[in-house]
Amino acid sequence: MGTTSFDEMNGHDGDCRQAYAELQAWLEETPKELLEQRRVEAEALFRRIGITFAVYGAENAEERLIPFDLVPRVLTAGEWKRLFDGLVQRVQAINALIVDLYGDAEILKAGLIPEEMIYANPAFRPEMVGIDIPQAVPVVIAGIDIVRTGPDEFFVLEDNARTPSGVSYMLDNREVSHLLFPDLIARHRIRPVESYADELLAVLESLAPRNARDKPTIAVLTPGSFNSAFYEHSFLADKLGVELVEGRDLFVRDDELFMRTTEGPKRVDVLYRRVDDDFLDPLTFRPDSMLGVPGLFSCYRSGSLTLANAVGTGIADDKAIYSYMPDIVRFYTGEDPILGNVPTWRCREPAALSHVLENLADLVVKEVHGSGGYGMLVGPAASKKERATFAAKLKADPDNFIAQPTLALSTCPTFVDGGIAPRHVDLRPFVLTGADGTRIVPGGLTRVALREGSLVVNSSQGGGTKDTWVLED
Amino acid sequence: MMLASTANDIFWMSRYVERAESLARILGAARRMSAIPQVLGDETNEWESALSAAGQRQAFGEADAPASEKSVFDWLAFNDKNPSSITSCLRQARFNARAVRPALTTETWEAINTAWLELKRFSGSSGRARDYNQFLQWVLDVSLKVNGSAFRNQLRNDRYWFSRIGVYIERADNTARILDVKYHVLLPEHSSVGGSLDYYQWSAILRSVSALTAYHWVYRQSFKPWLIADLLVLKEEMPRSLASCYQNIATYLDELALAYGRQGPAQRAARNTHARLRNARTEDLFQHGLHEFLEEFIAENNKLGMTIAEQYNLV
Amino acid sequence: MHLILRHETSYAYDAPARSVIQLLRLTPRPHEGQHIRRWRIEVDRDATLRPHEDCFGNLVHAFGAEGSFQTLTIAVEGEVQTEDTNGVLRGTIERLPLGLYLRQTDLTTPDEAICAFAMEVTKAKTTLDGLHALTVAIHERLRFDTQATDATTTAQRAFAEGHGVCQDFAHIFIAAARSLKIPARYVGGYMRHADGTEDYEAGHGWAEAHVPDLGWVAFDPANAACANDAYLRVACGLDYLDASPVRGVRTGGLGETLDVRISMREAGAQQ
Repeated sequence: MGTTSFDEMNGHDGDCRQAYAELQAWLEETPKELLEQRRVEAEALFRRIGITFAVYGAENAEERLIPFDLVPRVLTAGEWKRLFDGLVQRVQAINALIVDLYGDAEILKAGLIPEEMIYANPAFRPEMVGIDIPQAVPVVIAGIDIVRTGPDEFFVLEDNARTPSGVSYMLDNREVSHLLFPDLIARHRIRPVESYADELLAVLESLAPRNARDKPTIAVLTPGSFNSAFYEHSFLADKLGVELVEGRDLFVRDDELFMRTTEGPKRVDVLYRRVDDDFLDPLTFRPDSMLGVPGLFSCYRSGSLTLANAVGTGIADDKAIYSYMPDIVRFYTGEDPILGNVPTWRCREPAALSHVLENLADLVVKEVHGSGGYGMLVGPAASKKERATFAAKLKADPDNFIAQPTLALSTCPTFVDGGIAPRHVDLRPFVLTGADGTRIVPGGLTRVALREGSLVVNSSQGGGTKDTWVLED
Repeated sequence: MMLASTANDIFWMSRYVERAESLARILGAARRMSAIPQVLGDETNEWESALSAAGQRQAFGEADAPASEKSVFDWLAFNDKNPSSITSCLRQARFNARAVRPALTTETWEAINTAWLELKRFSGSSGRARDYNQFLQWVLDVSLKVNGSAFRNQLRNDRYWFSRIGVYIERADNTARILDVKYHVLLPEHSSVGGSLDYYQWSAILRSVSALTAYHWVYRQSFKPWLIADLLVLKEEMPRSLASCYQNIATYLDELALAYGRQGPAQRAARNTHARLRNARTEDLFQHGLHEFLEEFIAENNKLGMTIAEQYNLV
Repeated sequence: MHLILRHETSYAYDAPARSVIQLLRLTPRPHEGQHIRRWRIEVDRDATLRPHEDCFGNLVHAFGAEGSFQTLTIAVEGEVQTEDTNGVLRGTIERLPLGLYLRQTDLTTPDEAICAFAMEVTKAKTTLDGLHALTVAIHERLRFDTQATDATTTAQRAFAEGHGVCQDFAHIFIAAARSLKIPARYVGGYMRHADGTEDYEAGHGWAEAHVPDLGWVAFDPANAACANDAYLRVACGLDYLDASPVRGVRTGGLGETLDVRISMREAGAQQ
């Protein structure tokens, strides 16, 4: 598998690509012992600043570190330009889709997507129907997962329009690179990612309710310090210069949201919420939720509060909806998609299902609502027995699965076991949309599968991260 | 303006770090005392005094072991099941800090987080080769780093003030407790001459609040029990004295009142206590009864904590 | 039928409540066969009541009260003129696509037993006949028991245990109908017993299913019949949670006791 993959440093043929020339030279002249020493330093840095995440179901793993790989990934200005245009187009289409689905549902009337795929989907929230979404931007923050298979072959693997995470790693990785390899950085002209917080703040402010005061009050809502992404929540609040709140810090009075402060109640205009739809408001969603704020959804409905992201945006994350995304882009933008999809079989369609069952050994099969690499089958890596078990699951509930070919994901040089070796990577850029359009800081989170040959990059499955450099022209 | 829950976490984070430091000082002084020659006829068990000073005698009693250096260290320093042990205090401080990480400076957060990471070195059952002195010194260093980083980098706003108020309320409580445990050796009629044992007792008290040198600088004479009480209760220039704590508490509460444009029962209570400490003379302490005075003070100090919580919606 | 209704919900707390926030689905809308002559909500505290309409078209009031109180009473009172339409609904407000009512919820998700039961009962029948048969079959299969279940009981559990209250009967009906790809929903309201009973301890819950050419039709499996002019329809949704008369949260107010009194009588009838 490794031999057929495109390597971002050495291409298909082993000749170093120009963007990586300096990096390659640096890797050659830097002794491995020094790299190892830097790796240890990096780990100590991350531990000290407290970047940790929790792994579901793992015992004694309350706080674990996502491994940081020293070797940066490099993208040229040209590559980024195409990604940028494609991402803006895609996220604008996703926003139009969400607004439409909760409004007139033109796309369903046009017969582009089967109605039941939307209405039977738990990620579609009937409570949102007919609600006026501020500035028609439900998806303020999107994380679009990109994979690469060749010099010019970029595909979207997954859309994350619910509550994409990982941006703190993008920023911290850059910070650590600056500390550890100032010499290497000086040999490149790298576009900065540090403006992310300013851009996010501007975007959130642009979406404030009309009746907010001049300077809207923004807060980040976290489920609490036991959440796996708590570090990121507090990191973002810090960078934005806004309060990090939990449900217990907030209350609703007369359809307005307030936070409890040392000086009494203070109104909140925009909530960047990192709490799932289900838990936002026990009066409207799950009644047993302790994480949310009773009455919060009434504030949103009445227009006194902007939620980023809006409720019900998760419908765009659904992998069955994903398979329609090229049509969705055409429908709303009138243009051909700049970034393609990975070919996808919808197992709900009988012909597709039988194809998938016959070719299970070559395919990756995923749950349509799943995320984080849970509940998926990587055909080539699975044993015969695992495939048989999975086939039974698939036949029992075909609607719940899609399948994709096993892509030869690109590889990047990675520091493992005291040496440099190619490992598979993907990329998650963070796309921000406000009242005045869409913006993306040049870069993103590169995730790397640290095990040789592995295609699973999720941090919950042992993946690591890399700093991602977008070069100036 | 800040989130009430943030203020609460900052307040308690500071208290827990301060409490850990006090415990370390109490343990250090007890170690020293227990090393004095038995021929001096010490009938009191220093390890029990240490437990009393930490307010832990009863809780320890339930652990059902005689008070010895090992058992008391295990309980007051390392026991994870004792919510008031040093390790528990540091763990709790880190828990509070983590919840309000953005409200802290990077240095303060790193000081607490690093302490929490290093704690693993000392806690658990692997600490057979523990060096008690090294551990106590480490705790003092942690507290110094946490306070020092705040002093050096923290913006002087309500976040800072709540953290300082936490420190000084906790410190006042600790000083008052240490004094109360040993008040009998400070009574003038106890021994105006002072045998060797008393000498050790007095120096242990001063040591447990880091005031041994300060005593000589302030009074320039040999230990007099009433002067020790005077130093630790009434001398504002002595940083761990009750008067100094209340000078600070009153100042920081005033800062809050000024910033918020509103004052209330917390400010009034702190000013009253501060004024009383300022106006009192050493004789008054003993006339009223030192023990009674300290008991009353501890109760009032506790009450102030609750008044602050109520006034600033911390609960 | 000219119905006069009063529904009082009273809370008493051992420790005073400091604040209460609730969503009230207590206000019926008119449709063919249901004319609202007058209707009002009374609260015995200083409070705000802000009306809005939810996605199912229900009239909802967001209710909020702060202070310190040991008791709280919310009462609705009204007069409604009803007519028997054989369960057929016309003139309701429909905001959501029919397809949405095929979606199962945590309370309605059927297991194999319910699916098999639904298939068996409706075999070789038209949609309408099948739904009538389902209504009767659920009524025969389950024992009415006010003690056995609560508001969180799922259709699966009630069906397996063979007993429940009107809400459980309705959830099983909805689960079964949706398993047959028939859109169905939960309805909350009141029903006056034929024997003229005036005092009730609880409201009533039933179901509606969508029948081609007829539209929504109301079925009451707890009474093995279609809804008629003894029914007062207040709110609907995917399950009980969407249509429940009161959903609320309070701070303080430990040791809550709840007392519900409903009186329903025909105007002009002897008191």
